[in-house]
Parts: sequence; structure tokens; C-alpha cells
Amino acid sequence: VYALIIINKAGGLIYQRDFADGLNKLNINDYLVLAGTFHGVHAITTRLHPLHPPPSLDPSTRPDPPSGIEVLETENFRLQCFSTLTGTKFLLFTEPQQPNVDKIMGKIYELYGDYVMKNPFYQLEMPVRCEGWERRLVGYLRVLNSR
Amino acid sequence: MASQPIKPSLAGNASQSQRTSQLGLRYPSNGKTIYHRPLNRSRTQELSQASFAYLFGEMVSYAQKRVTGIQDLEKRLNVQGHPIGLKLFDLLLYREPPRTQTRPLNIIALLQFITTILWRHLFSRPADALEKSSNPDTPDEYMISDNDPLVNQYISVPKEMNQLNCAAFVAGIVEGVCDGAGFPARVTAHSVGKGEEGELWPGKTVFLVKFQQEVVEREAYLPKN
Repeated sequence: VYALIIINKAGGLIYQRDFADGLNKLNINDYLVLAGTFHGVHAITTRLHPLHPPPSLDPSTRPDPPSGIEVLETENFRLQCFSTLTGTKFLLFTEPQQPNVDKIMGKIYELYGDYVMKNPFYQLEMPVRCEGWERRLVGYLRVLNSR
Repeated sequence: MASQPIKPSLAGNASQSQRTSQLGLRYPSNGKTIYHRPLNRSRTQELSQASFAYLFGEMVSYAQKRVTGIQDLEKRLNVQGHPIGLKLFDLLLYREPPRTQTRPLNIIALLQFITTILWRHLFSRPADALEKSSNPDTPDEYMISDNDPLVNQYISVPKEMNQLNCAAFVAGIVEGVCDGAGFPARVTAHSVGKGEEGELWPGKTVFLVKFQQEVVEREAYLPKN
């Protein structure tokens, strides 16, 4: 796992961290721009679909509403985007052959739900500065990276 | 997690009650109020840690909006825990097996009651250590230490407030138990997370129990047996 970025509902960057050495370090403004761009692109791709789904009233057969970009693969890295029901997006940068990205994403989301949401000192949609979250996230991903 | 004394029965009774046209207390249709419930019924009930965490987080933010300082915030949490302690004391004494149902009559017995029975009821494990203060100026201070208080598990205190310890709520519960037993005391929570032994348990908390003067005097009159 190379890096994690969390984007809030409005498209602003709320968390960014690298977990591997040797990555290109961007400056904080660039990360903010990256988050905003991704948010926009994700929104556009949500609307882009060639076929009109037939309107059906039955909830079980209606196809899922289209979502935006989920995976972006290049030869050096793979970017997976997990968007929650509340509009928060988790972007995970991993190496292309990393298996089980879904499970890792699920575990990060669980840690987020525990240490960020249950913290009374965290204000919603603001940058994440929770010590418990950092400690556990780093612990989990360091173990994963060293395997 | 062991059962918490937050009353789940009120919701059930309210849903059974019918709308009466007069104002005032509504009683459920079968005439059973919460006072009819047997006391042992919720003995082994458990509560999810997540629900407690959300509730406690909200308690902390509620208090934070109304106070001006850290001391005041801890005092508020303390005051919120106090009535719980009073009621828990009676309930736990009632629930003990009949042969051993004795009210603690001296300080050591009271502290042992707190560190084993109360802690086991709240957190499913006994407290980690009980110590008497070795400071000759304050012979009436006792310390209960807990390596990892359950209530603090999901809370990360920001750097500007790092003297705050939300275990002040648990300190309030302990204070309520002491007051209910007739040993008035002041209980405060202190975090000793950073130290040689603190590194292993970064959330280690010490509850300082300071009994009042009359309690210490009374204790001196008791025969030593």
C-alpha cells in the first residue's frame, strides 16, 4: 500500500498519508488540487453512461444507480476509490499486484468509523487529526506492507 | 461489555402505553411500571460498545459546548457519573449472593468492593491495581489504576487539551459509590500514559480517591481486627 487520501462530501481533502518510502512527495497545495480534481472527475463519470436504463418501479430489478470511477490502473500503481453512502471518498494507492484491496479498504473504513466518528473532538468534514486513528492505521498498514 | 445501568425498559413501556387524553404520566396498559421489573433481570445483559461510544461522545461534546475550561469539563462529567454511582451501589449490593451481602464498613473493604465488583459490572474485568498513597502529607489518598479505560478507547484528545481525561465520568461513578456507602470522597482521574511503564499502556489512568477528614478520623476509631 502506497498512500491513502480521504475526501469529504464537498470535495475537500481531509486526510492524506504515505506509507511507503521513495514516493514522490507533493506539496500540500498539490494534494488539495488533486483531491478537488478527483472529486470533480468522479462526479462527471457518474453521469456518463451510454444507455438509458429502462425505468422500472420494482426495487429489486432496478439496476444500481451508476457510480463514478472506481479503479484506475497504470503500470506503476493502482488507485481504488471507495465512496461511502455519505459521500466520503477513500482513495487507496497500492501496487498493481496487491491482492485483497477490497478487504483492506473495508478494514480502513472500519477503523475510520471507530476512531474518527466516535471521537467527540472531531468535527465532521474537517481535516482528521485523531491520534487513535493514526496509531491504528499506521500499525495495520505497516504490518501489511512488511508481509 | 458488561451491562450498563442506562435504562432500556423505558422505551419498551412507552411503546405499550396508549395515548390518554389527560396530561400527566402515562402508564402502560398492563399496569406494569419499571418498578415492577425484577432487579436481577438485567444482570447478564450486555450493551454494544459502539452505542455506548456514540452516547458518551455526545455527552462529552454537550459538556464541551457549555463550559469554559478543562477543569469544568471534567467536573461536568463527574457530576454526570455521580447519580449512577449512587444507584449502582445499592443494586450491586442487592445482587450479591445472600451469604456475602455485607455493606463495606471500612475503607479497605469499600475499595475492594469498587475494584472488584463495580469494575467487573461495568467493564467485565477487575481494576488493575489499588494503592495507598505513600505521601506522608496525604495519608488519606488511595489510587485505583486502570491500564485501559473502556470509556476512553475511541477518544483521541487533541493536543491543546491533553490534560483532559474523559474517565472523569468513571471517577464520578466511583465518587457516587463512595458517597452512597457513607464515605464522602473526591475522586479525580489522571492519565499517566507517558512514563516508563506508561509506554506499554498509553491510556493508563489513575483514579485518585481522597476521603474527607471525618472519614479518616472515624477509621482511626475503629478497632483493628
